[in-house]
Amino acid sequence: MCDQTFLAITFGPCDSCSENRPLMNLYIKTEPINYCSLCMEIMACQGLASGETLKSLKAESETLRKKLEEERKKLHDVELEKVAEKAEALGELNMKTRRTLKGHGNKVLCMDWCKDKRRIVSSSQEHAVTMPTTWVMACAYAPSGCAIACGGLDNKCSVYPLSLDKDENLAAKKKSVAMHTNYLSGCTFTNSDMQILTSSGDGTSALWDVESGQLLQSFHGHSADVLTLDLAPSETGNTFVSGGSDKKANVWDLRSGQNVQSFDTHDSDINCVKYYPSGDAFASASDDSTCRLFDLRADREVSIYSKDSIMFGAASVDFSLSGRLLFAGYNDYTINVWDVLKGTRVAILFGHENRVSSLRVSPDGTAFCSGSWDNTLRVRQEGRGVGRELKQGGTTLYG
Amino acid sequence: MSTNNNIAQARKLVEQLRIEAGIERIKVSKAAADLMSYCEQHARNDPLLVGIPTSENPFKDKKPCIIL
Repeated sequence: MCDQTFLAITFGPCDSCSENRPLMNLYIKTEPINYCSLCMEIMACQGLASGETLKSLKAESETLRKKLEEERKKLHDVELEKVAEKAEALGELNMKTRRTLKGHGNKVLCMDWCKDKRRIVSSSQEHAVTMPTTWVMACAYAPSGCAIACGGLDNKCSVYPLSLDKDENLAAKKKSVAMHTNYLSGCTFTNSDMQILTSSGDGTSALWDVESGQLLQSFHGHSADVLTLDLAPSETGNTFVSGGSDKKANVWDLRSGQNVQSFDTHDSDINCVKYYPSGDAFASASDDSTCRLFDLRADREVSIYSKDSIMFGAASVDFSLSGRLLFAGYNDYTINVWDVLKGTRVAILFGHENRVSSLRVSPDGTAFCSGSWDNTLRVRQEGRGVGRELKQGGTTLYG
Repeated sequence: MSTNNNIAQARKLVEQLRIEAGIERIKVSKAAADLMSYCEQHARNDPLLVGIPTSENPFKDKKPCIIL
């Protein structure tokens, strides 16, 4: 590439027309140029290389798309299911509900586990933490367990420090960190309590400094609402994946704001994305009633978890600790458990009386919690109370 | 002005596609093998796969979960 452009947005006088406008901060060959969007368009038009027209650019993007497809196809030498035939079959799963939490008076929209593995934060239409908003759509526990972040239809993400004093008014200590121009769909702390990553109905994701509320990086690329995001496991570096109403799942570099990979095989909105524990892949849940696995190094979809009998959208997914099981909550009130490698369903879990809106495996992998529009949260575990043995190279699991 | 808009957008798209087309990829067979080996390595320690002894189960105690 002969030049690179980086975009961020600030407000001030344009270098070209001197009007006070939202500026597109461009760097052309490392030189900063602060133009308003109108002047930028004019410059782009004037700066056309000879012979470069809209038509030629469109033709070039078509060629590049075809090249992308070809490159991906060349490496598609085998299906994951075929390779997984060598894997041990899973024994019968026996998931038991250990806790049914009925504290909410309304639909549970989202939940998160604390790293101490015992506490759960959840939010509902009536919000457990009092906020001046009707719907809290996203919530997250800080890594230290000392604060939670949440937001929703207020277009913001606010951080609440937690206190052991039950009488303390948490709302008074609230700190607004993120400001979007549409609803907040997802939020997560990065590796510390100091930064949060948010996704929004305004089509962008953003990284914020909690202390100052400053926008550190913004991520543009989705052409519709961003519905979900997940941060890569810390060992694998600084990336995150987001899914949107534009049916795309995009992988981003946290530092540069660059969209590094994009996957668009889903047929409808992507409601949830989750990284595989190794960080080399991620799963998605979509309104097209399928869940899919995308491998980042092969740069393609490698598995699809679906059945003709499953006709309702999948709202939420999470992996078990080893990545062998994928738990998915659906709008038909069920949770399906999939064998990630073989692509088969290993269990259906009933119990909720309305849509399963959110689902997370605990940090130590001992249980998973599902939140539902039936106002409850259910914590489930593998029912055998005794540790089982997995024989190396064997064909069965011992109970 | 819509033409200018399209040009800037088309340029951005071409840049984006160039980046995506240029990344390094591995074969699916290798990727699949790695996914499988990760699963195998960690299966023993996956409580939702193999279960946990009652003595170590955090959800067997009487303490209630706190919803905040």
